[in-house]
Amino acid sequence: MTTTTPAPAVPSKKQQRANAAAESAHQKLSSPWASFAAIVIAVVWTVPTLGLFISSFRPEDDVKGSGWWTWFTNPSFTLDNYSAVLSGSDTDLATYFINSIVITLPSVVIPITLATMAAYAFAWMKFPGRDLLFVAVFAMQIVPIQVTMIPLLSLYVTPPFGLPSLAGSEAFGGGFYTIWLSHSIFALPLAIYLLHNFMKEIPAELVEAARVDGAGHVRIFTRIMLPLMTPSIAALGIFQFLWVWNDLLVALVFGGGNLDISPLTVRLAELSGTRGQDWHLLSAGAFVSLVVPLIVFLSLQRYFVRGLLAGSVKG
Amino acid sequence: MSTGEKFVQLIIAIALFLAVMAAVLVIADRVKSKRGELLQTTVFVLPAALMIALGLLYPGLRTIYESFRDANSTQFVGLENYQTIFTDGAQLTVLRNTAIWVLVTPVLATFIGLVYAILIDRSRFEKFAKSLIFLPMAISLVGASLIWKFVYDYRATENAQIGVLNELLKLVGIDTYRFLLTEPWNTMFLIVIMIWVQAGFAMTILSAAIKAIPDDIVEAAKLDGVSGTRMFRYITVPSIRPSLIVVLTTISIATLKVFDIVRTATGGNFETSVLAYEFYVQSFRSFNGGLGAALAVLIFILVIPIVVYNIRQMRRLEAR
Repeated sequence: MTTTTPAPAVPSKKQQRANAAAESAHQKLSSPWASFAAIVIAVVWTVPTLGLFISSFRPEDDVKGSGWWTWFTNPSFTLDNYSAVLSGSDTDLATYFINSIVITLPSVVIPITLATMAAYAFAWMKFPGRDLLFVAVFAMQIVPIQVTMIPLLSLYVTPPFGLPSLAGSEAFGGGFYTIWLSHSIFALPLAIYLLHNFMKEIPAELVEAARVDGAGHVRIFTRIMLPLMTPSIAALGIFQFLWVWNDLLVALVFGGGNLDISPLTVRLAELSGTRGQDWHLLSAGAFVSLVVPLIVFLSLQRYFVRGLLAGSVKG
Repeated sequence: MSTGEKFVQLIIAIALFLAVMAAVLVIADRVKSKRGELLQTTVFVLPAALMIALGLLYPGLRTIYESFRDANSTQFVGLENYQTIFTDGAQLTVLRNTAIWVLVTPVLATFIGLVYAILIDRSRFEKFAKSLIFLPMAISLVGASLIWKFVYDYRATENAQIGVLNELLKLVGIDTYRFLLTEPWNTMFLIVIMIWVQAGFAMTILSAAIKAIPDDIVEAAKLDGVSGTRMFRYITVPSIRPSLIVVLTTISIATLKVFDIVRTATGGNFETSVLAYEFYVQSFRSFNGGLGAALAVLIFILVIPIVVYNIRQMRRLEAR
């Protein structure tokens, strides 16, 4: 993509060519009205967030008594809202923040590891039924998670063969395993498919040379594939991280309404229902939940854009 | 559980998982001969294949089966659940809303994304302008819903307003409006939230596609005297058509499964429920397992053609 190269003082021939189409479309729309439209879009996309952000730093009476735009003429600042939502006994978002972390990390590590291994097998190992199995995994991408939820939940609650139940606060691991497993399962088909495509791009000679030198699959996988795959794995990992952190449905269903293991999204959605008018708390709460994805997104934006097309089909 | 116990569980889960995987890899590496090969294959494929089979394939088939049975899965009822979806008044509202969502959201989000991509292309602030539109993609739909609930906040006209939109209405002398409660337009105001989230995705993909249009085409068109909106219509849009289709279908799929926005903003009340939300209500609130399963299967059926088309277009894009 030419967009990522830094612009030199004199644009290269290639850049001029690539930009000509955009330029001409741009010129056609470059009227005062066009600029006006761009500014309107930018404002509509920014002001809602800005309003909530400003409100999160205003005292309760101000938030409830006047619009956030009056802050510009009548500024006030407090961190009370944040301390109230984080540690207040009725909101206690600090606990849910920790739950979000505890839910998210294994839900990223487990599926990405398993998917990398399976992708390697599909790309470079020979075994009977390989292509058929790969097509089956590929096809599983189209299954909406809603279709799987109730039977999967019953499997967790009453597993076959007398295995111990995974659901509920009495269960092994306090009930987190149902959420970890579900996120892992739902991530697998897409992750395997994408990583397989990336691995296929590695020259076969490289793998064959290693085979001739006597390296087994395990060695090739850990010494050759993993280092080469790191950028792709990172991109996928970031996507899975954001997906799990922002998820509401999986946590609601597989957390079984157990607030002890619920993530921020579940708690916020609940507060939005029960404390719907307490905007000083809701605004601060919203930003507590937004801060992590925003940091991840802003610091790793280039990976994000790269995996964008692939990642958004999921769920 | 205390915070400490949760972190212990977290560490146990990750450490246990990585330790087991490492141990299995080491063992598989040690075993040579034909057997070792088979063992290695098993180790690499089996965990993922087993999880997919138990967690996606079996539950999917099971749900299709349950959709032909009654609320408690005690007896076979044929197509009764599907009949309910297409005849019951409340369910018809759900279908109507879902249709509106899926028709409106992709078109508007893509259109806004495309126009914005062209408008800011090669402007001095391009990177910054893009981030502004793109940021909503990173946050949760719950967070986005809260942000917009605040925008839509309602107070009686004589009171001081705290919602931006009602303040604007008041400024131009119109009575304040209950954006999320007043049917039938409240569904449109929920859709605005989804458009707000998805437009950044459309903008990013389409912006890259526009920049990739070969210059010869544009030069040739220019020599033929094509310019302005005609250039946009006859050169730009046809050139980025595959990307446009991928964007439209991708947003359609996401929209068909929209759940978080409806639940957070209105709780599905005031005639705003959609398929994915109704599935949740029937399955986990009303405990009507059969109807819930039928709704899930309906989402599945609706999503299949879009996904197939989407994947085919995406492969065509990748092949270029």
